[in-house]
Amino acid sequence: MPKDQPVIDLSPKVSDEVRKTTCYMCACRCGINVHLKGGKVAYIEGNRDHPVNQGVLCAKGSAGIMQHNAPSRLKAPLKRVGPRGSGEFEEISWEEAYDIAESWLRPIREDNPEKLAFFTGRDQSQSFTSFWAQGFGTPNYAAHGGFCSVNMAAAGIYTMGGAFWEFGQPDWDHTKLFMLFGVAEDHDSNPIKMGIGKIKGRGARVIGVNPIRSGYNAVADDWVGITPGTDGLFILAMIHCLMKAGKIDLHYLAQYTDAPVLLNSDPKSPEYGLYMRDENGKQLVIDRTTGKLTAFDQPGVKPDLSGTHRAKGITHRPVFHQMADMYLSDDYAPEAVADRCGIPANRIRAIAAELARVAFDEAFELDHAWTDFRGEKHDTMIGRPVSFHAMRGISAHANGFQTCRALHTLQILLGTVEVPGGFRFKPPYPKPATAHPKPHIGMTPGGPLNGPHLGFVHGPEDLALKEDGTPARIDKAFTWDNPMSAHGLMHMVISNAHAGDPYKIDTLFMYMANMSWNSSMNTGGVMEMLTDKDENGDYVIPHIIYSDAYSSEMVAYSDLILPDTTYLERHDCISLLDRPICEADAAADAIRWPVVEPDRNVKGFQSALCDLGARLGLPGFVNDDGSQKYADYADYIVNHERRPGIGPLAGWRMGETGLQDGRGAPNEGQLDQYIKNGGFFVSHIPDGANYYKPWNKAYQGWAVEMGIYDSPQPYLFTMYVEPMRKFQLAAEGHGDRQPPDHLRERIKATMSPLPIWYETDQQGNDGFTVNALTQRPMAMYHSWGSQNAWLRQLHGRNPLYVPTKLMRENGLSDGDWARVSSPHGEITVPVMEMAALNDNTVWTWNAIGKRKGAWALDEDAPEATKGFLLNHLIHELLPPKGDGLRWANSDPITGQAAWFDLKVRLEKVAAPKESRPEYPPIKSPVGKGPENLTWKVGK
Amino acid sequence: MTTLPQSTDKKLGLVIDLDTCVGCHACVISCKGWNTENYGAPLADEDAYGANPVGSFLNRVHSYEVQPDDGAAQLIHFPKSCLHCEDAPCVTVCPTGASYKRVEDGIVLVNESDCIGCGLCAWACPYGAREMDPVEKVMKKCTLCVDRIYNENLPEVDRVPSCVRTCPAGARHFGDLGDPNSDVSQLVADRGGVDLMPEQGTKPVNKYLPPRPKDALPEFDVLAPFLEPVIKEPKGFLDWLDKALEKI
Repeated sequence: MPKDQPVIDLSPKVSDEVRKTTCYMCACRCGINVHLKGGKVAYIEGNRDHPVNQGVLCAKGSAGIMQHNAPSRLKAPLKRVGPRGSGEFEEISWEEAYDIAESWLRPIREDNPEKLAFFTGRDQSQSFTSFWAQGFGTPNYAAHGGFCSVNMAAAGIYTMGGAFWEFGQPDWDHTKLFMLFGVAEDHDSNPIKMGIGKIKGRGARVIGVNPIRSGYNAVADDWVGITPGTDGLFILAMIHCLMKAGKIDLHYLAQYTDAPVLLNSDPKSPEYGLYMRDENGKQLVIDRTTGKLTAFDQPGVKPDLSGTHRAKGITHRPVFHQMADMYLSDDYAPEAVADRCGIPANRIRAIAAELARVAFDEAFELDHAWTDFRGEKHDTMIGRPVSFHAMRGISAHANGFQTCRALHTLQILLGTVEVPGGFRFKPPYPKPATAHPKPHIGMTPGGPLNGPHLGFVHGPEDLALKEDGTPARIDKAFTWDNPMSAHGLMHMVISNAHAGDPYKIDTLFMYMANMSWNSSMNTGGVMEMLTDKDENGDYVIPHIIYSDAYSSEMVAYSDLILPDTTYLERHDCISLLDRPICEADAAADAIRWPVVEPDRNVKGFQSALCDLGARLGLPGFVNDDGSQKYADYADYIVNHERRPGIGPLAGWRMGETGLQDGRGAPNEGQLDQYIKNGGFFVSHIPDGANYYKPWNKAYQGWAVEMGIYDSPQPYLFTMYVEPMRKFQLAAEGHGDRQPPDHLRERIKATMSPLPIWYETDQQGNDGFTVNALTQRPMAMYHSWGSQNAWLRQLHGRNPLYVPTKLMRENGLSDGDWARVSSPHGEITVPVMEMAALNDNTVWTWNAIGKRKGAWALDEDAPEATKGFLLNHLIHELLPPKGDGLRWANSDPITGQAAWFDLKVRLEKVAAPKESRPEYPPIKSPVGKGPENLTWKVGK
Repeated sequence: MTTLPQSTDKKLGLVIDLDTCVGCHACVISCKGWNTENYGAPLADEDAYGANPVGSFLNRVHSYEVQPDDGAAQLIHFPKSCLHCEDAPCVTVCPTGASYKRVEDGIVLVNESDCIGCGLCAWACPYGAREMDPVEKVMKKCTLCVDRIYNENLPEVDRVPSCVRTCPAGARHFGDLGDPNSDVSQLVADRGGVDLMPEQGTKPVNKYLPPRPKDALPEFDVLAPFLEPVIKEPKGFLDWLDKALEKI
């Protein structure tokens, strides 16, 4: 070293202590190492041992230190003192906060529990919050799935007993062709990036189908810039090509799916289109060996895809026949769909051919012997290295459920689900729709609800209707409007409550849901609904309780604020009862724990619910003597048992002879064991049990041992969703429970039991021809990012990205402003050209725009002056049809919010001072952030 | 003026894969986190919650659209930090000797106690890889996490720059580019890694792996045999099905 080269410390002390917990910057739930110096958070990195992220961490996770210390953190319980929407509050004690909440909630519970609507946003404690709501007795509970991706989740579960993301993943180690549809940049944050890096590293092909070529689509080998809302048509055209070429896995279809199951094929029969079943309700097939009719699951059965069966004068044909009738039709020929999809016919064919080539010509075998549910032994596992992933882009359309179903049907036809190289479930999946609960609405004043709120319906008998046929739930979930709304319709709660349709409520109780801003359609309208008063001068929605950790826009519209902690100050369980952190090869769950203690008068929302539940005497929250059962959420996590031996956490439970996993009694030392193990628990699925899981005896046995099932649950994939046919039969006039007349035709048209594509409702769209979308950037998660001093420097503005063609047509240049209007409203926003974009689609980043005064930002922050929401253009209702009815802007099957059906037009305008609409500032209950940051906690 | 060493024992640097970088900014923020807490003054943020937040970063990701003559436009994410050049103009221009290149490993550093904040080095760097800290008014630049890569308080596996450790897509690699047998040198050789702006004569140590050709799925004519129809007549599918089922 030259004598003038400075001496530097190459081995500075990194931290005093590392505490391992779970990230909460998005729903990805990565393991993090939190480095502490002098009790303060000094640095956050990924946990290498963690099953989800294996050491890596995204920008959000690494910026956790700015999230945890954000000036927008709420400091104490708040009581509204000014008018709603003003942001004027006074700090109160927790005791007073609980007194107020109790004074509203107790009379509701004793009188009419449906007057409470309890909805949670992006939390990861739904099994707990739903348990609380069940104890309270209101039917009005759901989380945010209805405005997020219920189509994806419900289509996956109804079709194949599991869905993408939390519940499944591509077989990254073996896949050779990975095709992703409509995945926003942020979704399944780290695992997708890790997977793409891994498979590209070994030369696998990635095909991205998305109108926008950013993020994952930017690195995809091939980009299909599809017209929004036509993915289903594109997929069905590929199915057409593959079936026509016989490039489908007949063995797989016969053995593991309902393709051979016989259907009543007599159009005059009241059971037309229903499965033929035996006396035990099991689906019937023809055994190709004996030619006889038999239950699908009998030992040695070789189900026949071809034969028909006539009984009692009625012909029964296998599902597969009906699929051939439907998909071989020229309606699905590539030429017939090319223009609508914006994809040349030969490109559709080329992609279908590539799928066929890789699935069949590159098939391989893994040397794992296994035994299927019929008792047949297999020496190897056949792999088909084609995998798919999809999310909100195909989900958030009013035809999204059928589109997601079409994608799963494509996967199944290729024989690529739960096979090596394909798509794999993560525990607790596979789990068919029939193994899930049904929705419950049975209320008793002063008592609990008669079962879980949400679930899977299997016919009109399961709908959540009152005796007079009106909706039982405030969001109208599980009604004829949207029968299979497995996650509820959070986006309709405020609108329906304000309209008193189906009834009025007293208290709206929400958690982590920014409903007066980016989490609502029709944001301006929602603000009016929340502040609207009746003829007596009282708010139409009388009471609003809200819990959030931060000074979000929704805080200002609430009457009582229960301040939550940051993610580093709290207990949580990422539970197998909820949305765990499993991998395809392992069951896994995790905790959060207070790696630092809060320095404010705040409390984890779930702990507040333990207190409130005890005050209200809710079953499950009090002991026999009426005393509080769970001191806090940590106490619940350790000691609650959902069924005997099954609790929120599966690791380190107490067995008769010592600690054991899966089933077992509560263990007081459980959280310490988790902390010692890095904040998570993992139990690997044995080799030979880790593929073909729905049909694999070894997996089914392991799952029972782990407490995932109480008995083996083998089942067939259902490309034909019989419950949908039951709703169609009702619409055709069969059965006692009948839909209202105005919905009959829509039910018949949309609820095809085999996936179809239909154009979404275009009424009112005359003159609005441009598709408009949003997505979140990888470095931000909804509104949480904007208060983060580091992340807001990456994405502090959100121009409207406009394709080259529309820029030219409208005479626009970068930096110009455009008025963007829809049938519902207009916004005025800055534009920027983007060439790598479908040429009839505009888009922007979601939730960068902020209300002045929120999030402890300065009122002249670019988020508030130049940022904007597309939400103003999207109504929660379709344009009036003149029938006086309120038609939700939702998928008619599941109620999924149809965000991406939006159509707009553009017009160049002179630059205004600020983006429009402008709203007056709200008073910040937390003040403003510091001017400069020089953040170093060590000396 | 400051002199560069005649040669360095190693040429430590980064290899960045533009084929897999998804533009997520994980490296940017991980770097900000480590280097705020460690080497030199914290990376400050001016007007952190205001109208014009300006912070110092040692690494940024830029995104460029590329419009090929034929075919769809592409988006390339381009992470950029100091390239630890062999002929680093930022060092030779430094009037105080604060900027220097280490003899042991070739890392270019700023000795903040000697930095007068004149900004000449940032002006001299053709890559725009140096940033003046808005509060401390000293020059900030990538240290290649010199306080991580030899840090005996870290497990050996973690002795890499924080951007490399955190990159979810595995698009960042660290090693000795002076050793032709190192993993990073092999990667550069295999993938045709390139220098950034070689015409500047700075001889950057960091290398970039170019994106592989996009939208290169063969035309349907080539793939057509994989979709040869099995149906010759209207009822053909079920006939084919029967025959095909006999074979399984």
